[in-house]
Amino acid sequence: MTPALRELASLFPPTRLLTQPGELAPYASDALTAFRAQPLAVVLPESHAEVVAAVRWCAKHRVPYVARGSGTSLSGGSLPVEGGIVIGLNRMNRLLRLEPKERIAVVEPGFINLQVSLAAAPYGLYYAPDPSSQPVSTIGGNLAFNSGGAHCLKYGMTSNHVLAAKVVLPDGETVELGQESLEGVGPDWLGLFVGSEGLLGIATEITLRLLPKPEAFHTLLAAYDSLEKAGEAVAAVVASGLLPGAMEIMDALAIEAAEAAVQAGYPREARALLIVELEGETPQVEAEARYLDEVIRASGAYEVRIARSAEERMKIWKGRKAAFSAVGRLSPDYIVQDGVVPRSKLGQALAEIERLSERYGLRVANVFHAGDGNLHPLILYNGRVPGELERAEALAGEILRLCVALGGSITGEHGVGMEKRAYMPEMFSSEDLAAMRRIRLALDPLELANRGKMFPGEAPAAHSHGAHPLQRAGVISGG
Amino acid sequence: MSTMVLRPTSPAEVQEAVRAHRRILPRGGGSKPALSTPHQGQTVLDMTGLTGVLEYDPGEYVFVARAGTRLAEVEALLAQHGQYLPFDPPFVAQGATLGGAVAAGLSGPLRQRYGGVRDFILGVQFVDGTGQLVRGGGKVVKNAAGFDLPKLMVGSLGRLGVLTEVAFKVFPFPKATATLQVDFPSLAEALEALYRLLGSVIELYALDLVPPDTLVLRLGGLPEALPARLRRLEEFLGRPAQPITGSLEAAYWKDQNDLNRLGEGCLVKVPLSPKRIPALEEALQGVPRRYLSGGQLLYLAWSGPLQALDGLLKRQGLPGLVLRGVVEKPLIGLNLEQAFARKVTAALDPEGRFQPYAAQN
Repeated sequence: MTPALRELASLFPPTRLLTQPGELAPYASDALTAFRAQPLAVVLPESHAEVVAAVRWCAKHRVPYVARGSGTSLSGGSLPVEGGIVIGLNRMNRLLRLEPKERIAVVEPGFINLQVSLAAAPYGLYYAPDPSSQPVSTIGGNLAFNSGGAHCLKYGMTSNHVLAAKVVLPDGETVELGQESLEGVGPDWLGLFVGSEGLLGIATEITLRLLPKPEAFHTLLAAYDSLEKAGEAVAAVVASGLLPGAMEIMDALAIEAAEAAVQAGYPREARALLIVELEGETPQVEAEARYLDEVIRASGAYEVRIARSAEERMKIWKGRKAAFSAVGRLSPDYIVQDGVVPRSKLGQALAEIERLSERYGLRVANVFHAGDGNLHPLILYNGRVPGELERAEALAGEILRLCVALGGSITGEHGVGMEKRAYMPEMFSSEDLAAMRRIRLALDPLELANRGKMFPGEAPAAHSHGAHPLQRAGVISGG
Repeated sequence: MSTMVLRPTSPAEVQEAVRAHRRILPRGGGSKPALSTPHQGQTVLDMTGLTGVLEYDPGEYVFVARAGTRLAEVEALLAQHGQYLPFDPPFVAQGATLGGAVAAGLSGPLRQRYGGVRDFILGVQFVDGTGQLVRGGGKVVKNAAGFDLPKLMVGSLGRLGVLTEVAFKVFPFPKATATLQVDFPSLAEALEALYRLLGSVIELYALDLVPPDTLVLRLGGLPEALPARLRRLEEFLGRPAQPITGSLEAAYWKDQNDLNRLGEGCLVKVPLSPKRIPALEEALQGVPRRYLSGGQLLYLAWSGPLQALDGLLKRQGLPGLVLRGVVEKPLIGLNLEQAFARKVTAALDPEGRFQPYAAQN
């Protein structure tokens, strides 16, 4: 054991300092399993002071680190830095304070997203951000990646629901960002911190805003014989002035996958399914439902189902929420992409994705948050077939460039992480990236905090399976 | 004191001005004079030459315009399509601009329904202290790429950069609205009703407390559902209330948009949470004031010496922002500066071009 590691061992008991290869293996990767890296050690702090101690140790010895929770990042955002430290925050999972009258909850970063709503439920409150990973993903990770979900058009992303955070900066100093109020004065420092993907510090206490649970839901499932018609239905709903809590579309392959996995009872032969959910006060939802009904009838849906009970509603959502993992039943491997296009370009984007799918000879299933223009193309491939992963990645890259070309974004809710850093220059100019890098370096001059993520050109963090497609194409350089 | 005023008409001219001048103060419509009155040695960048709507497709719920565009123009255009800025920025009739609303970080009564300016900003373009033109965020309603510079610019008071362009999410305005003014026998009972409303399923576009003990509520939605919802609301409150509707109602909220109407003296914004109200009410007797958005936001008009208010807010553990009045520093009360703030400011403005007070140091 090196002197530095001995010093680390004096800060954490043996049960919470992992250094054996077998202990480290579960931390070598997150939900983006195409990337792996071997950390030097994993520490499992149980308090703010222990996080400070770990970060100070890293700063002193110039060891890069990544903080992680349940490791559900689909962008490789919580991938360890090769030879660095993993600060695992799952043991910091306490609900510190719940003030139902003030509608706030204060939690530690390892607290699970869905548990916030469960804790708030007795008071008629809930926590709005609902990424599909909500039964396992942690609030700390949600904060770092500004996670989304199905309800972002109306309710915004994680950033819109975080009021304050106690943060350990990369030099070990502690700051308080934000406050209990929904309002503030002076620059919105917390707004910058949320979604900074662990590059600016580690949150150890997080104050969340809670909302009253809507009184009534009206959940509609409409089946179409073409994706185009479903897309046009979304535009018609928006044009009618309605503001649904969620609008989701699934294509034929996604329907097949969801049915194989959870038997949601979807019309299997449909070319596209549209889920629209209205929510709010009962008299208002009832009146809105009549408008929605007219819009959907006129949109050419060949079958329309309305959830008549909470069970029927849950069944409709179960299929949608299971669609990602369900695709695993159709293919040995798949890549989940996460691009955004303006809603009016959805049809164009889908047609282009279909052409690309044919050109690459790879199946693509589409699930998307239609209200937000947030596409989730699932690119199916077989990792055992030589070259197929690379082809899938190249196809994924083309889809991202398509999103940017149509005026959208390379990520709606998964973050840039390891996966998309090479595509940042597609979306931002060198001046934009330089400004972000200056902020990064002002807070972390040694680039220790989650090194190698978000920005192209930062020191490589991991050994991947090969050069990035853009690198091979000569568009970018570096790892 | 002589002040140089420049009126750029393009982002490139803003860059040029920032590079050429040692101290810069951006100014929009001048509706928040405490934030836009220059100090010694500052060059004013009058941003009202940088105007125009760049993108607006009502079907996208997205709106992009140059920062100097007047809110009145934005609202008129959005209203043609039944849409609005849900954070309800104040001082529309007083000439406030989009960029000024973002830089000051101001929201109005309607923020109660969907959130404040930070919840609706999608993208920014600004000139930083080194003269670089920087873009952050995007033009789609959902985006997680890169650092969230748009939110950082909310409330930045021109200290981190000069805004040149902003993108917003917009929403449909309710097809029908009605307002209830409900008097309670005491502040305690008004607050109890406010808490019950906040925890209930009743969705309000505005929920204001007018001291000492009146709640003003605004309902919005489909016209056919409104009568039933109003009846329910009255039952819920257990008190009689006469709804205000139609043009009278619209005029009432238009009046409220001009916060200057509160009264003379320094106009101050105080962010808070409802549990702070009882103690504040004891301290603020006789001060014209109104609590917006379910007790999250207080605007008050302070006629005494500002140091007294500064002390009062500090004792209550609250920060404040002076919008009108002659001030050395517009941020009063609790000091929220910390290492994170200092480092980010130094990164975007290393030479302190936007730092208004360095000249006096």
